[in-house]
Amino acid sequence: MLISVLALTALGSVFGLGLGWAAIRLRVQADPLIEHIDALLPQTQCGQCGYPGCRPYAEAISNGEADINQCPPGGEAGIRALADLLGREPLPLNPENGEVTPKTVVVVDEQRCIGCTLCIQACPVDAIVGAAKLMHTVIEAECTGCNLCLPPCPVDCIDIVELETDILHWRSPRPGETQNVAVLR
Amino acid sequence: MNRATLKKPQPVELAHEAGSRSHHFHGGLRLRHNKTISCLDPVVRPPLPELLVVPLLQHAGDVAEPFVRVGERVLKGQQIGQCQPCAAIHSPVSGRVEALENRPMSHPSGQPGPCVVIRPDGLERWVELKPVRLWENASPETLIAKIRDCGLAGLGGAVFPTHAKMRDGRNRKIHTLILNGSECEPYISCDEMLMREQADKIILGARVLRRALGAERVLIAIGDPMEAVQKALTRSVKLAECKSISVVKVTPIYPEGGERQLIQALTGLEVPAGGRPSDLGLICQNVATAAAVADAVVEGRPLIERYITLTGNGISHPRNFQALLGTPYSHLVAACGGYTNGVARLVIGGPMMGYSIASDEAPVVKASNCLLALTRSDIADPQPEMPCIRCGECARVCPAMLLPQQLHLQIRTGLWDQVQEYGLSACIECGCCDYVCPSHIPLVEWFRYGKGEQRKRALEIEASELARRRFEGRETRLLRLQQEQLEKMTRKKHALKDKAQRDSRIRDSIARAESRHGETGGSADDT
Repeated sequence: MLISVLALTALGSVFGLGLGWAAIRLRVQADPLIEHIDALLPQTQCGQCGYPGCRPYAEAISNGEADINQCPPGGEAGIRALADLLGREPLPLNPENGEVTPKTVVVVDEQRCIGCTLCIQACPVDAIVGAAKLMHTVIEAECTGCNLCLPPCPVDCIDIVELETDILHWRSPRPGETQNVAVLR
Repeated sequence: MNRATLKKPQPVELAHEAGSRSHHFHGGLRLRHNKTISCLDPVVRPPLPELLVVPLLQHAGDVAEPFVRVGERVLKGQQIGQCQPCAAIHSPVSGRVEALENRPMSHPSGQPGPCVVIRPDGLERWVELKPVRLWENASPETLIAKIRDCGLAGLGGAVFPTHAKMRDGRNRKIHTLILNGSECEPYISCDEMLMREQADKIILGARVLRRALGAERVLIAIGDPMEAVQKALTRSVKLAECKSISVVKVTPIYPEGGERQLIQALTGLEVPAGGRPSDLGLICQNVATAAAVADAVVEGRPLIERYITLTGNGISHPRNFQALLGTPYSHLVAACGGYTNGVARLVIGGPMMGYSIASDEAPVVKASNCLLALTRSDIADPQPEMPCIRCGECARVCPAMLLPQQLHLQIRTGLWDQVQEYGLSACIECGCCDYVCPSHIPLVEWFRYGKGEQRKRALEIEASELARRRFEGRETRLLRLQQEQLEKMTRKKHALKDKAQRDSRIRDSIARAESRHGETGGSADDT
């Protein structure tokens, strides 16, 4: 009897110490849930959700401050992925945050740009290059289409353009959507 | 599959295995061939068209950069375009560049693409040809460089740049080169006619390729019913006195001409998913590519023409042509007597894997092996699509051993992770599942759509990763700037405070001095 009690006590204390040590030494600094939520967000950094970027929105979702239906660029698929991750019911997109639109990029009109650098400061992903009193230009591959550079521009020289699908980036349409059968004459 | 574990190809005993028909791949279909109708006449060159339209996108890869300007004179075989990773593009005729513009192309999208339009002068003046002298003694690097400069790409239809494939092969120790002449799709007969008429050239090309790869042996795989082909090839092999080349027959079960399926039928080995035949020490080239290699290396001629089949009930006189790249299909159709009355659809490629085009204005490119004109009676009436009844026929015929019914449902409902897991990327779009589906579900269309979506998703993930990194980088930079600003402010504040203290001290001492002066002055007045 005594031996078993002692043995169990010894085991318990050894494991307890081990766990205690692990809890301190192997502590995970960041909240992994935020990382997971952030990974599902489209990283447009557009702020349509009401937060200053995708990561702050992820933090807000994880704190329970924000709902999962505030991200228009993520669309329905994004909401579904978030609902799956968090074990919640998918919700329709909150219309207050905007609508789902096709992906666009912005282009600076070189004739009108006065080189004020205001758009450069507004861009959340540093996709605009230029310097004071020199022409600015948008790096298309890095533009997320957040349109945050539009309001600060004093001369309205930034235009939204849809990405054109050239022959290299062409993809087969969903069957039934467009009839891909060409009939002669 | 971990590629590192596949680095060393296992030596494969082929001598007794090759062509013994003991191997076969999963599934497949026996189809009616319909090849004879286009094999009756010898292959000729059609008359020169009025305009040649040479697309700048003819290879797997990027659009080529054109070298020429509008109005410039070009010679036959002169290089007119290049993009670094893919193959060069050459002028098929001597003449004048009329335009550089977007023109209809043979592409499943039906979209126009960038083309060089050349008006031939009819003089057929060649650029100076530089063959590899004494190719038997030339280094493999020289041969591969020549193949690259001559713009060679896989002529079986995938148009993967040949030099890239060869270079990969050089690095991976290839023991067997397989020449694919088992054209498996119904109607197409251009490779068959090429093997009948230019067997010597194919054997010569095989020897060049063998030298460039350092391979031990060459297998030329042909379909079972190709008697004339076998006779021609065996005679040429005998003439060339090359013991390492053998001609083998494969059972005609569609798609036996698919690269992976052919390898399995010949060797019983499966190319791993996501891997390449070179993982097994094998390399596959089309017979037409081999003939083009002979032209390129031995004669120095770039790839400017190819064999193409014009066939189907919609063509009045089906036959094969040796056509210049850039010849409009309409010109070829006219050269074989025009369309018959009931023509309803034009297909580039065969009936199983081809795609339909809306206009015959598109030109012949390196990938074009067949123009199939179908009549109304050839085309089955569109059947209403019914729900999947889970009969499993599609899985039974799938040569890639996939589960088409599962993939179809997953693509339809957008379960992309599962689609990946179930191996959509291994689908070769052969159309067998489509053919047998009793519910008339356009499975291949779904798979093509699914592949496009997967590509799109991969790009989106890449873009969002980039945006995340840029955003985080900006945040840290802004934080750092803010911190620096703060530090600067505090330093300034301290400096101001110090200055104020110093000033007040100075003021104090001045005041003190003045008051002392006042005291002494006052006392002086007093005295």
